[in-house]
Amino acid sequence: MNSALTVRNIVVCALLVALALLPAYVKITGNIFVLTLFTRIVILGLAAVSLNLMLGFGGMMSFGHAAYLGIGGYAVGILAHEGIYSGLVQWPVALLASAVFALVVGALSLRTRGVYFIMITLAFAQMAYYIIAGLARYGGDDGLTIYKRSQFLAPLDLTNKVQFYYVCVALLFGAIYLVHRLVNSRFGLVVQGSRSNDLRMRAIGFPTYRYRLTCFVIAGTLGGLAGALIANNTDFVSPSMMYWTRSGDLIIMVVLGGMGSVVGPLIGAVALLVLEELLSGITEYWQIILGPLLLLVVLFARGGIDGLLSQIRARVAA
Amino acid sequence: MTLFIEQCLNGVQFGLLLFLLAAGLTLVFGIMDLVNLAHGSLYMVGAYFAATLTAWTGSFVLGAVLALVGTLLVGMAVEVIAMRRLYGRDHLDHVLGTFGLILFFDEAVRLIWGPEGLSLPLPSWLNTSVTILPGIQYSAYRLSIIIVALAVAAVLYLLVMRTRVGMLIRAGASNREMVGALGVNIKLLYTLVFGLGAALAGLAGLMQAPILTVQIGMGENILILAFVITVIGGIGSIRGAFIAAILVGFVDTLGRSYLPDILRLVLSPNAAATAAPALSSMLIYLVMAVVLVVRPEGLFPAVRK
Amino acid sequence: MRQTLLAAGTALMLAAGPAIAQQKSIKIGFVSTFSGPVAVIGNDMRNSFELALDHMGRKMAGMPVEVIYEDDGFKPEVGKQKTEKLIEADHVDFIAGYIWSNVLLASLKPVVDSKTFLVIANAGASQVAGELCSPYVFSTSWQNDQTPEAMGMYMNQKGVNSVFLIGPNYAAGKDMLDGVSHTFKGKIVGRELTTWPSQLDFSAELAKAKAANPDAIFVFYPGKAGVQFLAQYAQAGLKGNIPLYTAFTIDETSLPLQKELALGVPGAQEWVNDLPNEANKKFVADYMKKYPGHRPSFYGAQSYDAANLIASAVAAVKGDLSDKEALRKAFERADFKSVRGNFKFGNNHIPIQNFYVQDVVKDASGDYVLKTTATIVKDYQDLSHSKCPMK
Repeated sequence: MNSALTVRNIVVCALLVALALLPAYVKITGNIFVLTLFTRIVILGLAAVSLNLMLGFGGMMSFGHAAYLGIGGYAVGILAHEGIYSGLVQWPVALLASAVFALVVGALSLRTRGVYFIMITLAFAQMAYYIIAGLARYGGDDGLTIYKRSQFLAPLDLTNKVQFYYVCVALLFGAIYLVHRLVNSRFGLVVQGSRSNDLRMRAIGFPTYRYRLTCFVIAGTLGGLAGALIANNTDFVSPSMMYWTRSGDLIIMVVLGGMGSVVGPLIGAVALLVLEELLSGITEYWQIILGPLLLLVVLFARGGIDGLLSQIRARVAA
Repeated sequence: MTLFIEQCLNGVQFGLLLFLLAAGLTLVFGIMDLVNLAHGSLYMVGAYFAATLTAWTGSFVLGAVLALVGTLLVGMAVEVIAMRRLYGRDHLDHVLGTFGLILFFDEAVRLIWGPEGLSLPLPSWLNTSVTILPGIQYSAYRLSIIIVALAVAAVLYLLVMRTRVGMLIRAGASNREMVGALGVNIKLLYTLVFGLGAALAGLAGLMQAPILTVQIGMGENILILAFVITVIGGIGSIRGAFIAAILVGFVDTLGRSYLPDILRLVLSPNAAATAAPALSSMLIYLVMAVVLVVRPEGLFPAVRK
Repeated sequence: MRQTLLAAGTALMLAAGPAIAQQKSIKIGFVSTFSGPVAVIGNDMRNSFELALDHMGRKMAGMPVEVIYEDDGFKPEVGKQKTEKLIEADHVDFIAGYIWSNVLLASLKPVVDSKTFLVIANAGASQVAGELCSPYVFSTSWQNDQTPEAMGMYMNQKGVNSVFLIGPNYAAGKDMLDGVSHTFKGKIVGRELTTWPSQLDFSAELAKAKAANPDAIFVFYPGKAGVQFLAQYAQAGLKGNIPLYTAFTIDETSLPLQKELALGVPGAQEWVNDLPNEANKKFVADYMKKYPGHRPSFYGAQSYDAANLIASAVAAVKGDLSDKEALRKAFERADFKSVRGNFKFGNNHIPIQNFYVQDVVKDASGDYVLKTTATIVKDYQDLSHSKCPMK
C-alpha cells in the first residue's frame, strides 16, 4: 500500500497551489503587502532550492551561496546603471557570471573536504563581497538603486507586481522541476553516491570530481538567477546581500525545511519568512525563539519540517 | 619611519587580540572537533559584562576580572546545556546548531541590555600615551593590550606544555577514546576546555571594548577572522594560531595603512580610497586560500587525526 | 514602543468623534536608527518629534496624529524595506526621518514612486539636492556640502594653511570631505576614508595625519565614532599639537561621553541650542523638562522642525491630503516657526540658512555644553541647487 496520498504530499501540493493562486487572493482582499511578502518568499525559496542541490544532495556544505545571489543581482544592477536595461542581456549575463564564479570556486574548493571546504567557500564569498563593496562606481557599501527593472518584450512588464510574481513562481517551479530531474537522473545518483561514500564511487570508476563540480556550478547558476530576481524585486542591490550571515540564513531555510527532498527548502523558506513576519508583529525579540528552535531541529529533527511531515504518514499507516 | 613603527605595533596589537579569540576556537576545534560559530557571542558577552561590571564596581580592573569569571561560567553553562549533544556529529550540525546560538545570544543581549550598545570608558591612568622610543608616542592602553595578551599567551603555552591538565588536553586532541578509556573524566575536561576558550574570547572582547565597541552582533565580523586564523595556523594548534594571528594582524593593519597609497599610484584618488579598504580586507582571505591550496593542514598542524 | 503608539493613536482616533470626510487621522512614518551605538541619535530625533507633537496637542488641522517609528538598523537595505512597509502596509500619509545619506538614497525610489511626501530630518545626500530632487521631497536639515563648506570658510578665517581630512567612506562622508575642499583656500595634505560603520579604530589614519604634519585636521564622524575618534586623537598625543576642526562630530548626543576631550574643538552647525529665538527657547527648555538629564541636539532640532513643517502644510490644505499640488505648495511656503529663526527653502527644497561656529565650554554647573561663538555665513544656499531641474 504505497499511496502517494500522504500527509506530506498533500501539504506540498497545497503549498504549490496556494503559491500559484496567491494573486487571486490578493485581488479579492486588496492586501498588496502579502504579494510583496510572498514574492520575496518565492525568490528566496528558489535560492534555497538551488543551495539544496549542492548541500542536501551533493553533500557540499558551502557557506558562500549568498555570493551567487549577489553576483546575479549586481550583474543586473551594474548593467542597468550603465544603461543596459534589456532583461535578455542582463539575465544571461547574471547566469553566466554566477556560473563562472561557481566554476572557479568549485574547482579550487572541491579539492578539500569537511570544514576546510566550508572555510574556503566562505573565504571566496567574502572576497566577492569585498570586491563588490570596493566598486565605488556602483555605490560600494551604500548599494546601488536600480531605476528601471529588466525590460522584456511587451506585454511582459516586470514593474507590474502580479506579472513579476508569476515570473518568479514560474522560475521557482521550473527550478524545482529541474532539480527533481537532475537528482533522479544518473548524474544525480552519482552525486548522491559521492556524498555517501566518495571513495567507493571512484573505485567503481566514476570521475566524481567532475560530477560534483557540475552540480556545484548548476546550483550556483540557479543562485545567480535568484539574485537577478532579487535585484528586480527590491530595485536595489547592496554588498550585504553577499555577507556570510546571509549564506547562513539560506542554510537555515534548507535545514529547517528538509534537506532530503527537492521541495523541502521551499517549505523552509515559507515557514521561516512567514514565521518571521508573524512573530515580529508579536514580539521584537522573536529571534530568541528561533535560535534554540534551530538547535533543536538540528538535534532532533534532522529531516526538517519535510521529514516530520513524512513521519506522520508512517505513524498513521501503522 | 615613526609611522611605520606605530603601524607595526598596531598590527601586533590587533594580531594579539585576534590570537586570544582564535586560541579558544582552535582549542575547541582541535580537542572536541567542534565548530563553534557562537564563539563570537562569547566575545560579545565578555564585553557587555565588562561594561556593566566596570560601571557597577567603579574599577576597570575589577570589572574586567569579574567579567572574565562571568564569561567563563557562561561558557561552561553553554557547553553543558548545548554543546555536549553536538559532539561526534557532522560539522554541518555544529554550524547550524551554533548559528542558532548566535541568534539566541544576540536577542538575549538585546533583551537584557537594550539595542543601543554600551560604552566602556578607559580609566584615566590608561588613557594617555607613553614614549616607547625617543620621538615615538604610543597609546598606553594599546601597549597594555600587547602586554596582557603576551602574558596570557605565555601562560597558555605553559599550561598546555608543562602541566598535567595540558597533557590531558594534548592527549585528548590526539585520541579522545583512549584518554576516556584510561579513566580520565573526559566530560569535565571538555567543559573546562570550552570554558577556557570562552574566557579567552571574553578577554578579547573586553579589551577591545574601550577602543572599538560594545554592541550586538559585534562578534560576527571578527569571528570570520578568527576562523581564518585557525585554518591558516592549523586546527588544534595554539602555536599555529599565534603565528597566524600576528600575520593576519600585520597584513590587515599594514594593508589598510599602505594600500591606499600604493593604489593611488595606479588608480584615481577616489577609486583608490574606496577600493583600498576592500582590497585590504580581501588580502586575508587570499592568504588563507593560498595556504589551503598549498598546505591544507595549515602552517603548524597540531596533530594527525 | 510601537505598540503603545499604535494603541494611543487608535484610542485618540476613536475619541476624536465624527471624522472629517476623507481623513480620519494623519499617519506619519518615521524611519531612523534605534539600535546599536547610534541609537542615541534616533532617540533624540524621536523625542524631539514627540515633543513637537505634544506642543501642537497631537493634532494637525484638528485630526489626531499617529506616528509609526521604524528602525533602519543603520543599513540601507533595511531602511528601504521599512520604508516600503510603511508605504504599502501601513499606508502612511507622510514619511520623515532618515539620519544616514546611504539609507535615504536606498529608500528614495519607493517614496517618490508612490508620491508620498517625505521630510528629511537629517540626511543631506547631495544627489537629493541636485539631480534627484523631487516635488515630494523636502529637507529640514541641509545638504551635506553646506556644513563642511562653512567650516572651510571658518578655517580660512582662522588662517589655517594646510589640512588633513579624515572621514567615513560612505555618501555623506565623501560629501563632507569634498565640501571642505570647495571653500578651503589652503592646501589639503591628506584625505583618508575609513570603512563605515564597522571601523572604529582610527590609529592608522591618525598616524598618517601626524606624519603629514598639517596645520589642522578636519574630521567628520557622527555618533559613537565621534567619541572614539576624539579619544584616540588624544591618546595619539595629537591634542594640543595639531588642532582639530569638525562637522557633526561633537553634539549633545556625543558630548556627554566626550567631555573634556571636546574642549577647544570647534564645529560648524546650522543650529546651536542657544539660538536666541522664541521657538528655540521653548524647544530646548521643554525638552530638558520632559527628558531630564538630556539636551536636544541638532538632530532633534531638525526633527522638531520637520513635525512643524508637516503640521503647517496640513493646516494650509485644511486637512485635505488628496490635493498633492496644494500640499506641495504649502510645503514650499514653509510657513512655520522654526527653531532656527527664519526658515525658507531653495528651489531644491533644501533650506537656505545661517551657519554658526559652536564651541565646547564648561558651564556654571560643571556640565560640558555647546555655545555659539560666531556666525560663519548667513543665508547660505547649497551649491547643488543648480543641478535640480525644479524652479
